[in-house]
Amino acid sequence: MSLDTVKHAAETPDAAQPWKELGLKEDEYARIREILGRRPTGAELAMYSVMWSEHCSYKSSKVHLKQFGEKVPANDAMLVGIGENAGVVDVGQGYAVTFKVESHNHPSYIEPYQGAATGIGGIVRDILAMGARPIAVVDPLRFGAADHPDTKRVLPGVVAGIGGYGNCLGLPNIGGEVVFDSCYQGNPLVNAGCIGVMKHEDIHLAQASGPGNKVILYGARTGGDGIGGVSVLASETFESTGPAKRPAVQVGDPFQEKLLIECTLEIFREKLVAGIQDLGGAGLSCATSELASAGSGGMRVELDTVPLRDSSLSPEEILMSESQERMCAIVEPQHVDRFLEICEKWDVIATVIGEVTEGSQLEIFWHGEQIVDVPPRSVAHDGPVYHRPFARPSWQDALQADDAGKLARPSSAAELREQVLKLVASPNQASKSWITDQYDRFVQGNTVLAMPEDAGMVRIDAESNLGVAMATDGNGRYAKLDPYTGAQLALAESYRNVAASGAKPLAISDCLNFGSPEDPDVMWQFAEATRGLADGCLELGTPVTGGNVSLYNQTGETAIHPTPVVAVLGVIDDVNRRTPIAFAEEGQLLYLLGDTTEEFGGSAWSEVVHNHLGGLPPKVDLGREKLLAEILISASRDGMIDAAHDLSDGGLIQAVTESCLRGGKGARLVVPDGLDAFTFLFSESAGRAVVSIPRSEELRFNDMCGARGLPATRIGVVDGEEIEIQGEFSIPLSELRTAHEATIPALLA
Amino acid sequence: MTTRIGVVTFPGTLDDQDALRAVRIAGAEPVSLWHRDKDLHQVDAVVLAGGFSYGDYLRAGAISRFSPVMETLIEQAKAGMPVLGICNGFQILTEAHLLPGAMLRNNHLHFICRDQKLRVENAETAWTSDYSAGQEISVPLKNVDGRYTADERTLDELEAEGRVAFRYLDGNPNGSLRDIAGITNAAGNIVGLMPHPEHAVEPLIGTGRTDGLGFFTSIIKKLVNA
Repeated sequence: MSLDTVKHAAETPDAAQPWKELGLKEDEYARIREILGRRPTGAELAMYSVMWSEHCSYKSSKVHLKQFGEKVPANDAMLVGIGENAGVVDVGQGYAVTFKVESHNHPSYIEPYQGAATGIGGIVRDILAMGARPIAVVDPLRFGAADHPDTKRVLPGVVAGIGGYGNCLGLPNIGGEVVFDSCYQGNPLVNAGCIGVMKHEDIHLAQASGPGNKVILYGARTGGDGIGGVSVLASETFESTGPAKRPAVQVGDPFQEKLLIECTLEIFREKLVAGIQDLGGAGLSCATSELASAGSGGMRVELDTVPLRDSSLSPEEILMSESQERMCAIVEPQHVDRFLEICEKWDVIATVIGEVTEGSQLEIFWHGEQIVDVPPRSVAHDGPVYHRPFARPSWQDALQADDAGKLARPSSAAELREQVLKLVASPNQASKSWITDQYDRFVQGNTVLAMPEDAGMVRIDAESNLGVAMATDGNGRYAKLDPYTGAQLALAESYRNVAASGAKPLAISDCLNFGSPEDPDVMWQFAEATRGLADGCLELGTPVTGGNVSLYNQTGETAIHPTPVVAVLGVIDDVNRRTPIAFAEEGQLLYLLGDTTEEFGGSAWSEVVHNHLGGLPPKVDLGREKLLAEILISASRDGMIDAAHDLSDGGLIQAVTESCLRGGKGARLVVPDGLDAFTFLFSESAGRAVVSIPRSEELRFNDMCGARGLPATRIGVVDGEEIEIQGEFSIPLSELRTAHEATIPALLA
Repeated sequence: MTTRIGVVTFPGTLDDQDALRAVRIAGAEPVSLWHRDKDLHQVDAVVLAGGFSYGDYLRAGAISRFSPVMETLIEQAKAGMPVLGICNGFQILTEAHLLPGAMLRNNHLHFICRDQKLRVENAETAWTSDYSAGQEISVPLKNVDGRYTADERTLDELEAEGRVAFRYLDGNPNGSLRDIAGITNAAGNIVGLMPHPEHAVEPLIGTGRTDGLGFFTSIIKKLVNA
């Protein structure tokens, strides 16, 4: 096949092009022709098709995501906002922290191990590209029904992939979630988050300016893996009859990534780069067009200099390849030698592939012949924007009317006891240690808290003991009942989890997992959820620093539950003051903070006991969440509490069970006045936590809650080797432990 | 003069910073050593830290064993220099034939990360003198190729000579023969184990215990008294 040069394209305006096969719509193809004033070359078509895909261009979600930039709370912590590889916040003492959550859903269904592995790799490079040393990862995961045969294929592969890649990188895995629901059967959600730390002055941005500066591609050689991965996989619904898409999944090499991290950090230390970008989705197409677009515009690239794993790759394939473990740096000419020297030290291949030019066009050459001549902004930023139609689904009212409050409740203490055991043993509430024990949580020697704690926490300065915490939460069941409230509940829970660990919530990243945007029902869910999240962040004072949207999570006509996952980042001045969840001291008093009302819509109880989803999710009171967080943080700082656990899915009994098992101590609880035992144990009212207080601190703690107006109810004491609900029942810890810990290994080991 | 303890970084070493920190916390001067550099920079002892050197793509430790720094290290270790191999470091020591046996994939085939109870069987090596024989300690364990294996004759020999330095308690995590978690050479200067003492040196971090600090205080005392 002859090379499709710019000249050739101009001479053959009527040549047929595979725009449809590459996922472009007819009007999108027409727009490309209009921008260029001619038909695109094959290479240009490849670039536009990947960059204008849903995954890269956010064309369906953009109009809604705008709110995150418009409803920004006053927050001095924000240093870099949405639009860069990841947002950056100030955590004090000259440190800045960058963090982000992304999805790798579609590849992980096709090829669980590599899909999940490269998800970690990608998010870590995003963080690295900001100039930060990655210090921890988290993994919010969602799978189909725990007992479905395909879950046994997908989950172990995903977990092994996260472990196999992450453990080999030397990054502690400190948190995340594992949720089962049949709505994720054909669309597991594999989200991955990473935290990185740097000094303020070390922040790097993805831009190419300064004509004459060199463009250096370094890291792995480019191969045929993942060609069109992003556009093909993340932007289309799975059809059961479609062809195998396995070749579109990228293959990861964590050893190469570890070298890339250390090499890049050494390059940063010597201040050798003017701009930097990782190669992820859309590979070189993305990196060159985004770098050029964010800079002065002009860039010239000699594509035939790119080191290849497979010498038969065409220029189009090289531009689209999503081979992992690659980075692209803009380097001033006088620093090039030193840059290459550091790469050699780390056995990392580095090649000057082009330079920044005076002009405003991105020009790419193949053995001297020009194959790309485009305005970079038109590729990177001026993609199509869709105002997709959305409307409240016709079934929403009926779903909300199906009140969970009407479900049959346990009629005796014996039945209540039985339901408690059933709840803590259910796959969603059971211990996930079989999974999390496959991740290294100790490496780097700074892990203060990790799973199953409410939030993961790492020390970032060993002298001052400054630390950061992160929690990730989402509840698709709540969001299905009411996406606006559901998104706020995810935010509130994550915020509460961070505060319960003793850290002050600062900012968030989100991963928005939804079905097809071409379905008005789904688009309504998306619109409501983003509105809820933006409003919630404004009220809590925690800006959205960035994140990721994953659409088309549906099989045939059936979409997943709308699943916004929220990661909240917090800071703690002294990690010695962190609050664990374990009830470890006999005789300490247990207090329930917040108000408990009869709220069972979307609850774990309604799922486990009745297999029911209906009604309304718990009410959200963000003012109360803020107050609760302030009390938890003050109590931690002043040494008033020894343990805290947020209450969320599963209610009080779930939290108390986890805290007792973690500390190896039992608890005696009394049902407070005005509540029945069932509501006390199973309600999922938001804005609540349970804390363990040394007797000597009770007065001071009560005074603080009283003065600030936070309801605090003494509900019991840490004692013995069973959980006893006075006047109702008791369960030995050993029985609870067996119920709680046996489920996951029995299903998956 | 301060005791200088080196920690080697191979490509893919992960726990080098942790080991350097443990050395510092114990009171010695940590020295970073680079795999391509034959020079040990006058260190008094060396720690081979955990990780996945060269990705463990061939066999754990198989490539690192041939790096320039190992040439000098093997020579000096044979002459009596104390060497501690942790996890990947232990694997490198067996590949270098400084310690007998080999590590196979865990019998359950999964990576496992947990707090692991051990019994110190030999408290007379260069790295264990601050413990007492029979003492039980808890340190993190994290590996996928951790199943210690050797032929019966070697195992009998190790047992007879008191060279089993650590044994797993409360459940063998990976199928290691005779519950062996770590061993020593006959002279007691070379010790290798799969669990990670360097992750248990600060009360707040990791498992919240400092049971691993004794490895580093042992060696400092030995070198100071030498």
